[in-house]
Amino acid sequence: MALKIVKGSIDRMFDKNLQDLVRGIRNHKEDEAKYISTCIDEIKQELKQDNIAVKANAVCKLTYLQMLGYDVSWAAFNIVEVMSSSKFTFKRIGYLAASQCFHEGTDVIMLTTNQIRKDLSSPNQYDTGVALTGLSCFVTPDLARDLANDIMTLMSHTKPYIRKKAVLIMYKVFLKYPESLRPAFPRLKEKLEDPDPGVQSAAVNVICELARRNPKNYLSLAPLFFKLMTSSTNNWVLIKIIKLFGALTPLEPRLGKKLIEPLTNLIHSTSAMSLLYECVNTVIAVLISLSSGMPNHSASIQLCVQKLRILIEDSDQNLKYLGLLAMSKILKTHPKSVQSHKDLILQCLDDKDESIRLRALDLLYGMVSKKNLMEIVKKLMLHVDKAEGTTYRDELLTKIIDICSQSNYQYITNFEWYISILVELTRLEGTRHGHLIASQMLDVAIRVKAIRGFAVAQMATLLDNAHLLTGNTQRNGICEVLYAAAWICGEFSEHLEDPMQTLEAMLRPKVATLPGHIQAVYVQNAAKLFATVLQKHEGETDSQAAQETSQLLIDRLPLFVQSANLEVQERASCILQLVKYIQKLQQKNVEVAEEVTALFAGELNPVAPKAQKKVPIPEGLDLDAWINEPPSESESEDEKPKAVFAKEEPKHYRSRNTEVDEKELARRREVRKQEQANNPFYIKASPSSQKVYDAPGVEHIPVVQIDLSVPLKVPGMPMSDQYLKLEEERQQKEKAERKKKEKKKKREKRGKGRKADSGPESEEDITPAQHVDIVTEEMPENALPSDDDDKDPNDPHRALDIDLDKPLADSEKLPVRTHRPEVLKSPAEDRVSESVPPETKKKSSKEKKEKKKDKEKDRKRSKEEKKKKKKHKEVEEELLESQPEEPVQSEETKEAAAPPTSTSAEASDLDFWLSSAPVPPAAQEVTVPSSAVETSSAAVPESEPDEPKDTEPEDTKSSKHKKKKQKKEKEEKEKKKKKRHHHHHHHGEAGGEDSVQNGTVEEEEPLPPMSNYSVLAENSFIKMMREDAEQVYDIQGNHQDESKVVVSIIFENKSDSFLKSMEFNVLDSLNSKLQRPEGAGPHDGLTVPFQLPPGVSNEARFVFSVQSIVMPQKLKGTLTFIVKSDESSTHEKLDFKLHFTCTSYLITTPCYSDAYAKLLESGDLKGSSLRLEGINMPFHHLLARICFHHHFSVVERIDSCASMYSRSIQGHHVCLLVKTSDQTVSIDAKCDEPSLLGNVLDELKQTFSKC
Amino acid sequence: MIKAILIFNNHGKPRMSKFYEHYTEDTEQQIIRETFHLVSKRDENVCNFLEGGLLIGGSENKLIYRHYATLYFVFCVDSSESELGILDLIQVFVETLDKCFENVCELDLIFHLDKVHNILAEMVMGGMVLETNMSEIITQVEAQGKMEKSEAGIAGAPARAVSAVKNMNLPEMPKNINIGDISIKVPNLPSFK
Repeated sequence: MALKIVKGSIDRMFDKNLQDLVRGIRNHKEDEAKYISTCIDEIKQELKQDNIAVKANAVCKLTYLQMLGYDVSWAAFNIVEVMSSSKFTFKRIGYLAASQCFHEGTDVIMLTTNQIRKDLSSPNQYDTGVALTGLSCFVTPDLARDLANDIMTLMSHTKPYIRKKAVLIMYKVFLKYPESLRPAFPRLKEKLEDPDPGVQSAAVNVICELARRNPKNYLSLAPLFFKLMTSSTNNWVLIKIIKLFGALTPLEPRLGKKLIEPLTNLIHSTSAMSLLYECVNTVIAVLISLSSGMPNHSASIQLCVQKLRILIEDSDQNLKYLGLLAMSKILKTHPKSVQSHKDLILQCLDDKDESIRLRALDLLYGMVSKKNLMEIVKKLMLHVDKAEGTTYRDELLTKIIDICSQSNYQYITNFEWYISILVELTRLEGTRHGHLIASQMLDVAIRVKAIRGFAVAQMATLLDNAHLLTGNTQRNGICEVLYAAAWICGEFSEHLEDPMQTLEAMLRPKVATLPGHIQAVYVQNAAKLFATVLQKHEGETDSQAAQETSQLLIDRLPLFVQSANLEVQERASCILQLVKYIQKLQQKNVEVAEEVTALFAGELNPVAPKAQKKVPIPEGLDLDAWINEPPSESESEDEKPKAVFAKEEPKHYRSRNTEVDEKELARRREVRKQEQANNPFYIKASPSSQKVYDAPGVEHIPVVQIDLSVPLKVPGMPMSDQYLKLEEERQQKEKAERKKKEKKKKREKRGKGRKADSGPESEEDITPAQHVDIVTEEMPENALPSDDDDKDPNDPHRALDIDLDKPLADSEKLPVRTHRPEVLKSPAEDRVSESVPPETKKKSSKEKKEKKKDKEKDRKRSKEEKKKKKKHKEVEEELLESQPEEPVQSEETKEAAAPPTSTSAEASDLDFWLSSAPVPPAAQEVTVPSSAVETSSAAVPESEPDEPKDTEPEDTKSSKHKKKKQKKEKEEKEKKKKKRHHHHHHHGEAGGEDSVQNGTVEEEEPLPPMSNYSVLAENSFIKMMREDAEQVYDIQGNHQDESKVVVSIIFENKSDSFLKSMEFNVLDSLNSKLQRPEGAGPHDGLTVPFQLPPGVSNEARFVFSVQSIVMPQKLKGTLTFIVKSDESSTHEKLDFKLHFTCTSYLITTPCYSDAYAKLLESGDLKGSSLRLEGINMPFHHLLARICFHHHFSVVERIDSCASMYSRSIQGHHVCLLVKTSDQTVSIDAKCDEPSLLGNVLDELKQTFSKC
Repeated sequence: MIKAILIFNNHGKPRMSKFYEHYTEDTEQQIIRETFHLVSKRDENVCNFLEGGLLIGGSENKLIYRHYATLYFVFCVDSSESELGILDLIQVFVETLDKCFENVCELDLIFHLDKVHNILAEMVMGGMVLETNMSEIITQVEAQGKMEKSEAGIAGAPARAVSAVKNMNLPEMPKNINIGDISIKVPNLPSFK
């Protein structure tokens, strides 16, 4: 044995090792390939030797050659041999080679299963580690299935080094074997709270990766991640979690609201730029998901934009790049906040770094407005000139077009300017985007009727100067423009000044050098022009000129008839024959112009690209059914070529009507319209576009005159700059005019919106230079909504879209290695078989099994490979024999497979955590485990109108939502007052009744509607309703004595008169003061920022500063207002009392049960208790009421006992323990401020005494 | 997820390549060439991010790279990775190499490809970041190195002696290596903590 070792190492001495190989390659620079091929031959020899060290050395060299691009898969079996060496050194070499070159198609992989299993359970942690690392690179579905259970066991290994690797590799296992996700998930979740930060980080990593693809399945983990986020200090983990939240918030806006605060804190506190950047990114995602313009959000947006500006201004190009990237995300929802940084972004356009310039360009897209479009495009045009001949210039070109054409040319006020820009862009050499410019020209000319005259003139000059565009063969990208030019000139030839000249230009011999499809358009449109010219000449009875025109065509067209392009040839010969016929008629002095023009009569409407697809299939139509009996096979062949032409130029198909008789024409048109109307296959003009055509014609449109006496650089290339000047002047003028008008209107206009914060000059104020109708693209009337499935069916992550909250079924257990797989029917039997089998039997059965497996898999393989295998049989058997008979871990699976009963409870916990709202009825089904997530989440929105969504002022109830709420409110009050004010509220009542009905129809006992608003005061003119639980927030933070309270008051006009000049005033007490604007005296009132027309209600918010919150407060106040009716206006006033309860100072704050327990243990809290008798409402209603009216959140609930928590705005903790039995409710309460607690309890009592 | 980690020199010669998705050897070489082409034409003072190459994954992916002396370290990642985080990770990787090789230079990477792989395996596993703490990485790498040495024992001694002799036989060795003996300078950058 010793001799063998020595011999082996002597052998090694003369073998090349990796270093020798590298050195050799470097010394053979000239004939590297040859040298390497000799090396490979050597390696092959080495691999044949018995000595494992020699083999390992050879494999190591192969790894290097693999990097250089040599295929080494032929050595796969040797790699497996080296992997199975008992020495770590060689094992590592083997696994490394395997990880570099094994993949799913490698057939020897299946031989590795047992070796890997053995290594995974090796006592040496590095053996296990190396195996895990290797496996992570080449895991296959089979390996994943066979090893999932072993890896899962390793997730609870004692060594964190193994744990973290095992956790991380689970992701790969899930991808390859999705069935393993559910059984393994509970343990994975456990690892989120592993004591070792590395393991924790790995678990976060895996779950983030999973959640990114199927976020909705991981929403229930949000509280856990939230906790991690607030406790972790590892920036990697934080970044991952924050990114994950970015993916979750779009699914759950309430989550976003929770996140804003901690994220903003992180933004303020962190010094790590990477973390800061991700925070900003997620805040942006949150704000997008909330998408509301509440004032507090605008603060967050401002913060983000501010931080991003710092990044962009940084000298580090990376930060600059990322800043711009994030900025473009804000842009989508809050363009205004980004627009103010236009200067900075324009500056970035000059950056030397192309990545940064491209990002800045992206941003520009969203920053344009009607006002600055011309200016920005002018800047870009300058850049275009500078960036000659680069791909960046092409990018600029597409961006200019994107910017201008975005949202249906929304920002273009002057289309002449735009056409000029397009024409200027045609001067670009060597651009690939000729077709883009062409399609824009076509689109604008077709859809903007008013511009046709101008466009035609420009296109005519373009055609005239076509040699400028086509002169250089390299420029052929741009000649696409001629396609558009020819078509526009032909189609709208009535606008041409000199059609004859254009016709001549289109038939120049040079045209024949253009690409075929352009020539075809030339020929076709020459015919259109011919018709126009004929008509013109016949109108002037100039038969001589008309005949000359025909002659011109007859002379020139033969050139095209000879064209190699079929399309050109066909069109040319048709038209040539037509012209010849016309010439004959002309010679007989027959008037033909009208008939010829009739060939091209009719308007072409733009059709939406998807229109055809969206035509719904009418009922009873089976498109697959044969209309006639299918013809025999041989006949059908010659029908195919048709489609070739149809695709190329569909625009030229038009109705051709040679009737001369006007009446007949009209009659036919009518008939046709009728037919079309009844024909479901015809794409009808939508009513809107129909209207556009009836709109006043071109004559009514004031066209800006261009001074053409100014010599232009290139004939027909107008300078777009002049439009800029014109535009500025025009805007100036308009502004002046508008100011005058505004002064007049000012008085009437006030109070239009609650917050009159529109900028000094909003975009809508800029009127376009020309009155422009942009024709919309046509769509079939009853177009189907688009139902494109954008998920890639091949995405491996689709398989991982698994509901993780369902309890595990028996069938889902991970396959455990058993000795007789066929016995695996019941777990009990399994266990028996485990303990019984004798040693020898075991071995043989296993071998059998292994062979059987091999056989199965080999079935597909060729016989040659089998031969090869025989050769290696020895080694294989050696491999098999060397497996230790480790115990099977069936307990492990059992443990994991135990149904996670807590999951559905978790789902409802999530709702609690998110909304701090009452338990929705569905959450009662905690014990019913099946798909509880689904039901509870569905139930939430139903009861939502009754829930306080959140107590923070940035609450984002949509206005719609609010209205509904108010309606309900009214309805309720109406009932209470026995419809005393019945006649005022017809509309409110109807709506209210509806919603109540909706409520009672629900199958489960619903929560009684709870109202948030109570009447503050009312008289015959006005009713003031005040949100009962006014929203509270603490601007200054806990350390300040003074806290702020926001009170929302709804003002409703009950009279038939107009109410205006409302002033809200409150007599301040020592403790509570109304916040008045700076400079106002302590007794001045606040103006309510709106007026109320009859029957209208609106909401205003008032901020109070409060010093002590332990006692309830009452404030007296008055509302004064002017009642303006047709005849007179009178001053009126209304007194009211504002009551600040102690509960209104409480903020719903979630609390984890462990933190709650700690709080109670601390002993700082003083206790008090309360007993309520005769409460006969379900317990969850009771809790809901407490949550709703008193801003508590449920910490834990067990049967008829619940612990609840809330925090005051000044940081007092309030804890409740609510128990119920037989209509008696006892509440034990603890708080660090006894008087606050006393008052809160009193208020609780009051709430329940009311019902 | 990290899709690939590439190290190549200023001339585009691969020094290490690790793909976390399977490609054929030809495609791998093509990716390396394409990446080199993209990265090498960029100035020194531009940002370290590139919108993805065509071959790996397409538009969703980003190339994040750093250039040290003669070597480019390129990570190809998808959108779930933090750009600045990966930049830091590259820094950690290079600093770790620097510690393990004692003033790392291109030659170290050329001659000890396996060791570079082993170090990387302690940082990134199957495309996911395993460890970012440099001292932890070095501890694990060194522990495994020790194991290797103890396994070699007496049997390893002759081999080591031979390779020493081989090196002596080639006194001109440094001359052959016309590039790369400049050690990689590791600038001090704000790390994670």
